Amino acid sequence: MPAPEQRRLIFRHIDEEGYSNDLACYVRNGGYEVLRKAVQRKPEEIVDEVKKSGLRGRGGAGFPCGVKWSLLDRKSGKPIYLVVNADESEPGTFKDRYIIYRDPHQLLEGSVITCFANRVERAFIYIRGEFPGGAKILERAIAEARMANLIGPNILGTGYGCEVYVHRGAGAYICGEETGLIESLEGKRPYPRIKPPYFPAVLGLYQCPTIVNNVETLCHVKHIADMGGEAYSRIGTPNNTGTRIFCVSGHVRRPGYYEFEVGKITMGQLLNDVCGGPLPGRRFKAVIPGGSSAKVLKFGERFKGKRKAGSEMVEYDWGVEDIPMDFDSLAMIGTMGGSGGVIVMDDSASMVEALGNINAFYSHESCGQCTPCREGSLWMKKITARMVHGSARPEDGPLLKSVADQIAGRTICAFGEACAWPTQSFIAKFGDEFSGYAQKKAAPRPDGVPELI
Amino acid sequence: MIQPAATDLITVTIDGKEIAVPKGTNLIEAARQVGVDVPFYCYHPKLTVVGNCRMCLVELGMGAVDPATKAPVVDPATGRQRINWIPRPAIGCGTSVSPGMHVRTTTQMVKECREGVMEFLLVNHPLDCPICDQAGECKLQEQATGYGRGYSRFVEHKNVKPKRTLLGPRVMLDDERCILCSRCIRFCKEVAKDDVLGFTERGSYSTLTCYPGRKLENNYSLNTVDICPVGALTSTDFRFKMRVWFLKQTNSVDAESSAGANTLVWSREGAIYRITPRQNDAVNDVWMADSGRILYKEVRAQGRLESVRVNGAESALGFAVAEAAGLFAKGGVAVVGSGRSSLEEQFLTRKLAVALGAPARLVSRVGEGDGILVSADRNPNVRGALVVGLISSLPSASLESLGAEIDSGKTTTVVSVGEDLAAAGLSAAQLAKVSVVYLGTHANASSAAARVVIPTLTVFEKSGTFVNQQFRIQRFAKAVPGAAGASEDLLALAKLVAAAGGPILGADVGSLWRAIAAEVPVLATMSYADIPDNGLLLDGSAWAGLPFAEGPALHYAPAGGAPREAAGRG
Repeated sequence: MPAPEQRRLIFRHIDEEGYSNDLACYVRNGGYEVLRKAVQRKPEEIVDEVKKSGLRGRGGAGFPCGVKWSLLDRKSGKPIYLVVNADESEPGTFKDRYIIYRDPHQLLEGSVITCFANRVERAFIYIRGEFPGGAKILERAIAEARMANLIGPNILGTGYGCEVYVHRGAGAYICGEETGLIESLEGKRPYPRIKPPYFPAVLGLYQCPTIVNNVETLCHVKHIADMGGEAYSRIGTPNNTGTRIFCVSGHVRRPGYYEFEVGKITMGQLLNDVCGGPLPGRRFKAVIPGGSSAKVLKFGERFKGKRKAGSEMVEYDWGVEDIPMDFDSLAMIGTMGGSGGVIVMDDSASMVEALGNINAFYSHESCGQCTPCREGSLWMKKITARMVHGSARPEDGPLLKSVADQIAGRTICAFGEACAWPTQSFIAKFGDEFSGYAQKKAAPRPDGVPELI
Repeated sequence: MIQPAATDLITVTIDGKEIAVPKGTNLIEAARQVGVDVPFYCYHPKLTVVGNCRMCLVELGMGAVDPATKAPVVDPATGRQRINWIPRPAIGCGTSVSPGMHVRTTTQMVKECREGVMEFLLVNHPLDCPICDQAGECKLQEQATGYGRGYSRFVEHKNVKPKRTLLGPRVMLDDERCILCSRCIRFCKEVAKDDVLGFTERGSYSTLTCYPGRKLENNYSLNTVDICPVGALTSTDFRFKMRVWFLKQTNSVDAESSAGANTLVWSREGAIYRITPRQNDAVNDVWMADSGRILYKEVRAQGRLESVRVNGAESALGFAVAEAAGLFAKGGVAVVGSGRSSLEEQFLTRKLAVALGAPARLVSRVGEGDGILVSADRNPNVRGALVVGLISSLPSASLESLGAEIDSGKTTTVVSVGEDLAAAGLSAAQLAKVSVVYLGTHANASSAAARVVIPTLTVFEKSGTFVNQQFRIQRFAKAVPGAAGASEDLLALAKLVAAAGGPILGADVGSLWRAIAAEVPVLATMSYADIPDNGLLLDGSAWAGLPFAEGPALHYAPAGGAPREAAGRG
């Protein structure tokens, strides 16, 4: 079955000839029309539209956006804040970057609509330190929007006021965790907060109720406000509505960003038809479907079970190529849609070395607050580094798994799972590579060329 | 006794034992009440909860209810309500009790969680217990034994970090031992109100440090050493001096001010090695000032008075008392008591003044209070003098009136119980004009000028009571034997009372208290032995109108108000 056509909702203009990131171009293409209409409506109506749309967060966890908003403590009398999570740091993910760099006003429009819907008067865009250009673009876009009275004390003459600020991070992965981000925004070390009691919806930024949404999620809000929640929910598949941007990287012929209706495309279609398949002479070996923390999938493995299709349960028997790229299907087979970063590895990749790379990242980025992740991530990194650079032992695979098992589920934030899942899944699915790594290292290379270390 | 206000009680089941605890109690405290030990490192009952060590993970469950009827689902096997256990463990420190909550701490999952955390804490720990000061009182040691696996699977290189960082004049950091629990950081911020510590670097390379250009030099810095669960923070004074298990612990009271922090004096073979705070939730929680911890040095300080002297010549107590009796017989005697004396000594001082028909004075020491545990009144026991009737109004800082009496010739003999008269304002000429009977611990201008010198004991060498700013009477006990040549204060005073023609009184605390209880209304029906370790609040209403120097502080509100229980917290 050939792959469906891309449905570009968020990335509609991204690659258009002559499309620039200034206000004039955005307005020329119908920009801020949705905001104009939205501010004439009741805020609750927009919240209802988002609830009806079934929009799920695009940052990684896939939490329903409308539910998140409905958890806000609106009776506290404290101001409500919106924090835009533009700390896109999950390895393999580069969708928010394109939105910010090429279409910043789309993000601003979505953000201001979200603010209006939730009676928020202050929004903060927390952008990772590695995007200095993006921060400048956003600041210019905010200035333009303010000049045009789209942001400011009296938006479009409605009396509703909303300010948007850009805050640059200092380059830490953990700032993408919402409570770590809030701490960082408050000027502190980004140590994630314990939940309970510090749920952002109740005790968020400056201990006030706070919405933290991903960049792409807020762009979707704009489209929901435009077409209505009902119409939006018909895009994609039930419970997995809308479109999704996949950032494909690694061993495919045409890596890049692709936007499809959620669940309408399978992994095989995405990698073979859309991305052109494996590089010449290679075969796919493994794919990480949702950013580097998602559990890896091994080409050749089968997933069997029962799933809900409409109202009845149906049997499924999928290879990796058959998996529909939606939140629920990926969760059902033990991994996740995550941030949409699809990392492909072919038969030239050593899984031990790949895991060594991932472990190096997570041990470098662990904030160090709580014990299991702090010590476990570095321990795993030391083991894989020793395997790659020195002496691998047959017991290293089981040891790695045991260390990872001691992290997941026992930490303050989801980083524990993020750093444990790669190891757990790599060992579970490629255990033989780990146990045989010592011999492989010792053996001469087939072409006789000594390995460069 | 005043009963605490009734609070909402919540019933939880911990390892099968039901207990009702006040709302807001966390699971560690609730478990403690049913005798279940939940191990922890970062949690401290007097600090905010951060939940970072993950040692206190427990398994939670709620009673199952039928979703339709809300009726409890009964397990036919046991006949009791079925419990839905949550698969993900939760931290005991950060989880408050809620009605119907069930907690398990003995399951395989909890065991594995603890083993995992212990292993993680030890992988980069130097395991240098044989040379570590914390050995013997180290949570890491205790809990590794109690909850660890007992062997290591770690074959990599351990992280290397600085071993000797001076965070301030009194606190040394060994970074490799640090388990990053952040207790010290929270203490400085929340209790000492001196936000000076923080972490730098990330992950396992995180390092405790002071903010740039700052030092950990506040007067409470050594509390960080006390609450450090491992040997990362050590006291520069105590470091490498003595193994803690050799030390004897004696209950005492910080004598540096009227706050009266409860302390433990740690000694071995007659030498004191350190002083640490002793928990008293009504006075000092678990804290004390650094300045109170070095007071033990006075025991072996230079200038300690070591022999009775009469007219400059070495003598014995009997001759000294006889000499004093001769002076007393001439009349014109004035008595200077001390706010540093124990209540018992002040009682005898009053007896002496009464027997002599002499006026009694105290010397006040008022400085600046820090709002925590060093109060403005640096005398630990002015209220004791009020209670026993030695004085009836607050003392003044100098002895001007006494000086005038000396100048006029009205006073010819001054008995000073531990107060340096020169420091209190008497001139050298005035001192030369009178005969001084001096009881004291250390040489000073008064002892040099005195006709009779009776060396006495420091607070660490004797037992007694102080009455602190809250009018709480607190016992301190003898930690080490008295210095050679020094007399028991009570014995010397009792002999002087007798020499002055007063009653023959017991010279030990126990028998003296019978006289005290009989004569002092506020202390009637009490005895020394019955005073609890954390003191007893006296009725200070008779003195509520006096203009005491102390300002608001931890567990203290001035103007005769009740102690502010939650002051200085949060």
